[in-house]
Amino acid sequence: MARRRVRLIFGRDLVTEPVIYHLGKNYEVVTNIRRADVTREEGWVLLEMTGEPDELDRGVTYLESRGVRVEPVEGDVVE
Amino acid sequence: MSGLGNGRRVIGMRCRECGTEYPVQATHVCEMCFGPLDVVYDYDAIRKRISHRSIAAGPPSMWRYRDLLPLEDEVPVVTLGEGFTPLIHAERLGAELGLRNLYLKNDSMNPTNSFKDRVVSVAVSWARAHGFETIGCASTGNLANAVAAYSARAGLEAFVFIPSDLEPGKVVSTSVFEPNLIAVRGNYDQVNRLCSQLVETYPWAFCNINVRPFYAEGSKTLDFETAEQLGWRLPDEIVIPIASGCQFVKHRRAVGEMVDLGLVEAGSRLPALTGAQALGCAPVYNAWKEGTETVLPVKPNTIAKSIAIGSPSDGSYVIRIARETGGVVEAVTEEEIIDSIRLLARTEGIFTETAGGVTIGVLAKLARAGRWKGDEVVVAYVTGHGLKTADAVAAAPSPGRRFEIEPTLKSFKESVNI
Repeated sequence: MARRRVRLIFGRDLVTEPVIYHLGKNYEVVTNIRRADVTREEGWVLLEMTGEPDELDRGVTYLESRGVRVEPVEGDVVE
Repeated sequence: MSGLGNGRRVIGMRCRECGTEYPVQATHVCEMCFGPLDVVYDYDAIRKRISHRSIAAGPPSMWRYRDLLPLEDEVPVVTLGEGFTPLIHAERLGAELGLRNLYLKNDSMNPTNSFKDRVVSVAVSWARAHGFETIGCASTGNLANAVAAYSARAGLEAFVFIPSDLEPGKVVSTSVFEPNLIAVRGNYDQVNRLCSQLVETYPWAFCNINVRPFYAEGSKTLDFETAEQLGWRLPDEIVIPIASGCQFVKHRRAVGEMVDLGLVEAGSRLPALTGAQALGCAPVYNAWKEGTETVLPVKPNTIAKSIAIGSPSDGSYVIRIARETGGVVEAVTEEEIIDSIRLLARTEGIFTETAGGVTIGVLAKLARAGRWKGDEVVVAYVTGHGLKTADAVAAAPSPGRRFEIEPTLKSFKESVNI
């Protein structure tokens, strides 16, 4: 099992869509929200994802396919 | 938090968001809320031992401020003589910009010619002292140079991850130190993700990931030096380039520490901290302009690659600090970056890299817009040497005077009007 700490960033179109629910339902990924700030216009969620590495990759691909921006919690580290 | 009074200057780590406390360890994220962790010092103990005299008795390097760095006395530091770089009264540039008290902190004078030597010296020292045998980083330039050099100096293994399409010329000043250079076939985001996973997999000290809380502390020394070189007073404003924003947060911490510990006059006003970005990678500036603290990631597209962080970890804190201190966040175009590199070179004899062009560009833009009356003490942090990004200037037509002549006095006299 592996885990990833990610920051999900939603635009207005996705604020009302239950993407984290679908992530947990359709993939073998355990999700755990640690912090979030969601308004009518936009939102971000700090999420822990646990699962097999391939399944985590598939989960991230799913989120991105829905238009969610997925970033490591530490942001960009290539300086 | 326990540990007070045992002679240790560092007593733990604390989450900046939820306040959860942790023992000192190589981790950067709070397990509870995923907020960033900061080093916690025993300021009561530090207050008893730090003074202008104790600092002056220290080495002529940034390690004279060791009492405010996260390494205990018994820890041997890995040093190449970083810090204590010149603070120059920029009279000619100041005259162009209407600033009589403009100063430049020339951090291109560091051992590998950038500000990164400060933070990497702390990170590598900390890592070695805590049993790490391998140092890692992902970088397209300055950070890689510093990590490779300081790891060589420390006798530690280094793994430097770079995008595989990075021009060979850019890696010479890193590969000369013989680190393990890993060229990743993938885009910038994929290199980022790989590094986050590596940290979870290998027992390495990754400079700007799991040891970031210690690494970032090194940037405070820029502010300590600036104040000391100004005769232990704080400037009115500091213009600072923004990449991830984590250094900006530490500049705020440093000026606060100097006030709280009595190193500057009691009641000294904090300097306005102003952030500089390139418009080609300006996520923090975009949020500032929109009046929000939510910093949305961007795809970097700028010649100022050393500060081109599209998803800055500490962007929202930069906005809060700029607001709190009366600073601003401003951005400049690619053309303004090049013009500013030339302006600085022409007026002060300092050749800075593109990130320095961003800083000077923002300084000039704000000055010309009438931000200052003229007598304020304004400091700009020039964080890297121009030879690192000489291509950027070489690519644009030079306005410099060049004459081609025959090897005769006659030809010289005919060609050059003296």
